[in-house]
Amino acid sequence: METMIILLVGVLVSTATYLLLSKNMIRIVLGTAILSHAIHLLLMTMGGLKQGSVPILGDQADTYTDALPQALILTAIVISFAVTAFFLVLVYRTYQTTGADNLYDLKGPHDE
Amino acid sequence: MNNILVFPMIVPILAAMLLLFFRSNRSIQRWGSVGAMAAVFLISMWILQQVMRRGILRLDFGEWLPPFGITFVADIFAVLLVTVSSLVTVLCLVYAAFVKDEKRESFFLYPFSLLLAAGVNGSFLTGDLFNLFVCFEVMLLASYALMTLGGEKKQLTEGIKYMLINILSSWLFLLGIAYLYGTLGTLNMAHLSLRIAEAGQPPLLTTISILFLVVFSLKAGLVLYFWLPGSYSALPAAISALFAALLTKVGVYALFRTFTLLFYHEPSFTHTIIGYMAAATMIGGSIGALAHRDVRKIASYNVVIAIGFILVGLASYNEAGIQGSIYYLIHDIVIKGLLFLLVGTIVHLTGKSRFDEESGLIANYPLFGWLFFIMILSLGGIPPFSGFAGKLFIGEGAIGAGHYGLTAVAFLSSLFVLYSLLRVFLIMFWGESTIMSKNQVPLPIGTLAPLLALGILTTVLGLGMDVLSPYISEAADVLMNPDLYIKGALQNN
Amino acid sequence: MRENDLILQTVSKVAVFIILTFGVYLFLAGHHHPGGGFIGGLTLSSAFVLLYLAFDVETINKGLPFDYKNVAALGVIIATLTGTGSLLFGSSFLSQTFAYFNLPIFGKTELATVMLFESGVALGVIGVVVTIIISISEDV
Repeated sequence: METMIILLVGVLVSTATYLLLSKNMIRIVLGTAILSHAIHLLLMTMGGLKQGSVPILGDQADTYTDALPQALILTAIVISFAVTAFFLVLVYRTYQTTGADNLYDLKGPHDE
Repeated sequence: MNNILVFPMIVPILAAMLLLFFRSNRSIQRWGSVGAMAAVFLISMWILQQVMRRGILRLDFGEWLPPFGITFVADIFAVLLVTVSSLVTVLCLVYAAFVKDEKRESFFLYPFSLLLAAGVNGSFLTGDLFNLFVCFEVMLLASYALMTLGGEKKQLTEGIKYMLINILSSWLFLLGIAYLYGTLGTLNMAHLSLRIAEAGQPPLLTTISILFLVVFSLKAGLVLYFWLPGSYSALPAAISALFAALLTKVGVYALFRTFTLLFYHEPSFTHTIIGYMAAATMIGGSIGALAHRDVRKIASYNVVIAIGFILVGLASYNEAGIQGSIYYLIHDIVIKGLLFLLVGTIVHLTGKSRFDEESGLIANYPLFGWLFFIMILSLGGIPPFSGFAGKLFIGEGAIGAGHYGLTAVAFLSSLFVLYSLLRVFLIMFWGESTIMSKNQVPLPIGTLAPLLALGILTTVLGLGMDVLSPYISEAADVLMNPDLYIKGALQNN
Repeated sequence: MRENDLILQTVSKVAVFIILTFGVYLFLAGHHHPGGGFIGGLTLSSAFVLLYLAFDVETINKGLPFDYKNVAALGVIIATLTGTGSLLFGSSFLSQTFAYFNLPIFGKTELATVMLFESGVALGVIGVVVTIIISISEDV
C-alpha cells in the first residue's frame, strides 16, 4: 500500500513540475496546489499507513494508528489553502494591472 | 510553566487583529502597533534576564509534555534575537508612522507588519520542527501581503516570483520534515537531536540534512539568493527595512539550530559545504554590490554578503566562530534595518535611485549624511561600532579551524562592502549640491528620529561589548553543547 | 449581465439552510468524531459563497451587513484569548478542560472549553474564505 501511495506522490509531483514550468500563470497556481497535495500524501505515508485502532489514551488496544501525521497534514492543508488562495488573488490582481496572464509578458526591462 | 514565553508571539497577533477594527483611524493604527511591539520588546528583555538567571525556559502548550506536545524553548540565543528584532521592528514602525504612506496604511500595513513580527518571534522560540514550519508560514504569508501592498506593477511582478520561490522552499521544508519523521518518528528538536546522536547520523540522515540546508539557504539567501535583490528593491523603505532586518535572519537562525543541535556529527561534510556556500555567497554578493548603480540593489546585495559572512562562523564550528556569528547576527539585524531605512529615505528625498544622478546631499541634509557615514563604518566593521566584535571573533574562529581561504574571502568581502557604499557616499553626498535649498524636500525630525536611534544603537552595541559578552558566550555555549539544550527542552521539572 | 437563474436561486434558498445545519453539526461533532472548527467553518462559508453566487453581492450585503475581515479578526481574537484564558487558572497556554452538565433539554452533556477555541477558528475560516471569494469576484 505504501509503495502505491509513493508512486502516486511521484505522479503528482511530476504533474505539478510540468505545470510549474509552463508560462501560463493559472497553470502555475494549479501546479503549486497539486504540489502541496503531493507532499500531504507523502507526510501521511511517512507516518505509516497502519490498520490499527484509533489512538486513545488507554492501554486496551495494542496497535494504534499514529495520529500525528494527520494533525500535521491538517495544519499543512490549512496553510496551503491560505497560500493558494492568496496566490490566486495575487495572480488575478497582476492580470488586472498589467494585462499579462503569462510570465513571459511580465519579464519587463526594469533593470538598468 | 513559563507562560510568559508565548507573549512575544501572541501580543503582536492580538494587536494586529484589534487594529483591523480601526481601519479608518490612522493614529490608532500607527501608535497601537508601535506600542504593541514596544511591549514585546520589554517582555523579551524580561525573558532574557530570566533565562540568564534560571537557564533555559520551556513552555508546554496545553500541558502536553515533550516530546509529545508543542513546546516553546527559550535559550539565550533565541531570546537575544527576539529582543533585538523586536527593537528594530519598533523603530521601523515608528519610521512608517512618520512617513504616513496613507495608501498602504489603509490596506493594513501595520497589522501585517505585526503578523510578520509574530511569525519571526515564533520561529525563534519554537522547540519543534513542524511548529517552526508553521511560524515560517505565518511570517511568509504576512510578507507576501506586505510585498504586494500598494499594488504597483513592479511589486506585483516581483511578488509573484517571491511567492513562487517561497512556496517551493516551503514544499522542500515539508519534504524534509516528512523524511525525518519517517526515519526518526519525532519532530521535537531536542528529541530529534537525541535520536540522531543515538543513530550516529548515518548517510541517510546526512542526506536529509542537505535537504534542510537547501531549504534554509533559500530562506536565508545563502548561495540561492537570486530572488532577493529584485524583490527587496521593489519595496518602500519601512517594509524593505523590516524584510532585510528580519526575514533572512530567521533562515540563518534555522541553519544555526539545525546544524548545531541536530546534524552536528559530520562537520567535515556538512559544515565544509556550508563553508563553500558562504564563500560563494560573499563572492557573488560582492560582484552584485559593485555591478549595480541602483542604491537599493547595492543595499540588497549587502544583505547577501552579510549572510555569507555570518555563516563563516557556523562553517568553522568552534566556540569563537559561533560567538562571532551571534555578535554579527545581532549587529546585522540593527544595521540592515538602518541601511534600508537610509536608502529608502534617499529615494524618498531625491526621487532617484541611481547614485550617479545626484550629488551634494550632505549640504542639504548634514545630520542625515553623517548618519549614512556612520552606518558605512559600522557595516565595514570599523572598531568603535558594533560590526567590529563579530568580524574579530569570526576571523579568529575561521583561522582556528584552519579555513584560511575562507577567512581571506570573508575579509576581502568586507572591503567590497566598504567600497560599494563609500562610492555611494562620495558621489551622492559630496560634491556640488544639485538641490536648491528652496526646492529641498523637508526631512521631518520624526522620520529622522528612528534613524538616529538605530545609529546610536549600533554605536552603543559597539562600545558596550562588555555588557553584551556574557550573554553571547552563554548563547554560544548552549549552541556548542547540544546536551544543555536537550536538558532544558526535555527535562520535566 | 445577470441571467435568469431562477432554478439556482430557488434551490439555494433551501440548500443554504441544509448546508448551514450540516456546518453546525460538523462543528459540534468535532470533539469526538470527524469535524471541528476548520471543517465546520469551511462548510458554513460555502453556504455564504453559494448565496453570493446565486444572488448578486449587493443584495446579500444588504441582508448580511458584515465586514468579513472583521469576522476573521474576531475569530482570531477569540481563539487567542481562549488560549490565554487558561493562564488565569494557573495552567499553560492553550490548556483545556471539560465537564459534564445536566442541561434542561439535552440531558447530560459534555461541555468543553475547546469549543470556545474552535468557534474562534470557525469564525476565522468563514471570514477569510468569504473575504477571498468576494475580493476575487467583486470586480468581474
